[in-house]
Amino acid sequence: MPLSGQLINVLAAVMLLIAFAMLSQRRILSLIELFAWQGVVLAASTFIVAYTTGQGHLYISGVLTVALKVVALPWILFRLIHRLNIRWDVETLINIPTTMLIGIALVIFAFNLAQPISQMASTITRSTLGIAMACVLLSFLMMMTRRKAVPVVIGFLAMENGLFFAATSATYGMPMVVEFGIALDVLVGGFIFGIFFFQVRETFDSLDTRHMEKLRED
Amino acid sequence: MTLGGFLNQLLQMLLVALAAPLLMGWVNACRAWLQNKSAPSLLQPYRVLRKLLHKDAALAENASWLFRFAPYVIFGCMWLVAGIVPVVASELPFAAAADVIALVGVFAVARVFISLAAMDIGTAFGTLGARREMLIGALAEPALLIIFFNFALISQSTSLTTIVDTLAHREFALYPSLAFAAVAFVMVLLAENARVPVDNPATHLELTMVHEALILEYSARHLALIEWASAIKLFAYCAIGIACFAPWGIAQAGDWNALPLAVLAAVAKLMIAGAGLATLEAVSAKMRIFRVPEFVATAFMLAMLGLLLSYVFEV
Repeated sequence: MPLSGQLINVLAAVMLLIAFAMLSQRRILSLIELFAWQGVVLAASTFIVAYTTGQGHLYISGVLTVALKVVALPWILFRLIHRLNIRWDVETLINIPTTMLIGIALVIFAFNLAQPISQMASTITRSTLGIAMACVLLSFLMMMTRRKAVPVVIGFLAMENGLFFAATSATYGMPMVVEFGIALDVLVGGFIFGIFFFQVRETFDSLDTRHMEKLRED
Repeated sequence: MTLGGFLNQLLQMLLVALAAPLLMGWVNACRAWLQNKSAPSLLQPYRVLRKLLHKDAALAENASWLFRFAPYVIFGCMWLVAGIVPVVASELPFAAAADVIALVGVFAVARVFISLAAMDIGTAFGTLGARREMLIGALAEPALLIIFFNFALISQSTSLTTIVDTLAHREFALYPSLAFAAVAFVMVLLAENARVPVDNPATHLELTMVHEALILEYSARHLALIEWASAIKLFAYCAIGIACFAPWGIAQAGDWNALPLAVLAAVAKLMIAGAGLATLEAVSAKMRIFRVPEFVATAFMLAMLGLLLSYVFEV
């Protein structure tokens, strides 16, 4: 296997590691830092794929990743938690070792799911598809196991990272129009979530998502 | 079995037993330097051992034979491990006696005996230490096994000799699974050898101690043997780590020409490993005992991820 392929594999492994680290992270600030790092790794892997395969448009999406997911969104999130003054530790619904064991089960599931596709594909990134799907599932798990609104949103953004990675590894990225659309969506989503946090706190005096159950109409 | 190989085996076992306290002294000295303290002499562990060996052993009144017998078993187990792990030479005659799975088993035997001996006297501290040791051990052991399986998958063998040979003579390739296994191994090493994030070997604080609580009732030659055995254990763990993750320069058994270089390489690598261990200990804080399962579970998870990754990257 060429060195670039090996590098992509290593970066994919780091992506998965960061996804697990986010799953087990208790502090919001470190969670945002991890999210930024995941963006860095994603961008690096995109650049390597772009360089190896000569797909020029991947450079643009790599730059987009850096601009949005490494700089803009973490900055917005940092500003938000300073404004909301939330520094406390994140509460999880299930304890962390159990969450990690569920995470491993999800990884096995994702790897199995992706294996037939990987075997048929001839792209240099074929073996990373399973990892990308595992990242998506792990972010999903993170969204489910967190109570507070901010970690849930970070989980959502991390899921988008995973999806983007899946697109890169399966088909060398999405069409440019779609990519721009998603980038814009994520950015606007970041702003909307910011307003949403303040609204949630106004209404419930807390960012705990459990309180939203009160909104049910009986 | 050739005579050269046998001599080599003997040499290594003596070398490990004699050099293990030196490694302990080196780690302690590095830690003292990093904490801006004046370091104890590198030979301090030897002095402690000599002092303990000259004292008269005091035994508790209700100590059974198990209590007196355990230090010898523990020392024997650790010395056996030291004979199996390739430190300066691979393909040792003893190495055929145990693969990595048996190696984990030998560590487990030592753990069972030290815990039984600690509970034998019936003091609160001994039992407390034994329970904590078992809590950590029960989680660290599967993690260690999975780490070894990572290597077994690459070299198609669970024998340490084959693993070292495969990894030392392969062409350059990046193994993400080995990176995961390496991090997991360091975490298991810290947990199993009672180093700082898990246990502080320098204090007898009853709320936190694990290893010290186990051996609180021992004195004189028994204590000397246990302390020596834990020094050999640390040495053996470092040697396993080096053999698996940086196997370059290990000689073949019986190859006397390559031996001086192999010894030099081993000394250099052990010094780096010791300094790294001391740095890790200096920068991290002792964690709550109830956080330890989480720490070791993370090691297990990392090793497991490595294993899964090596399957994915095969296609």
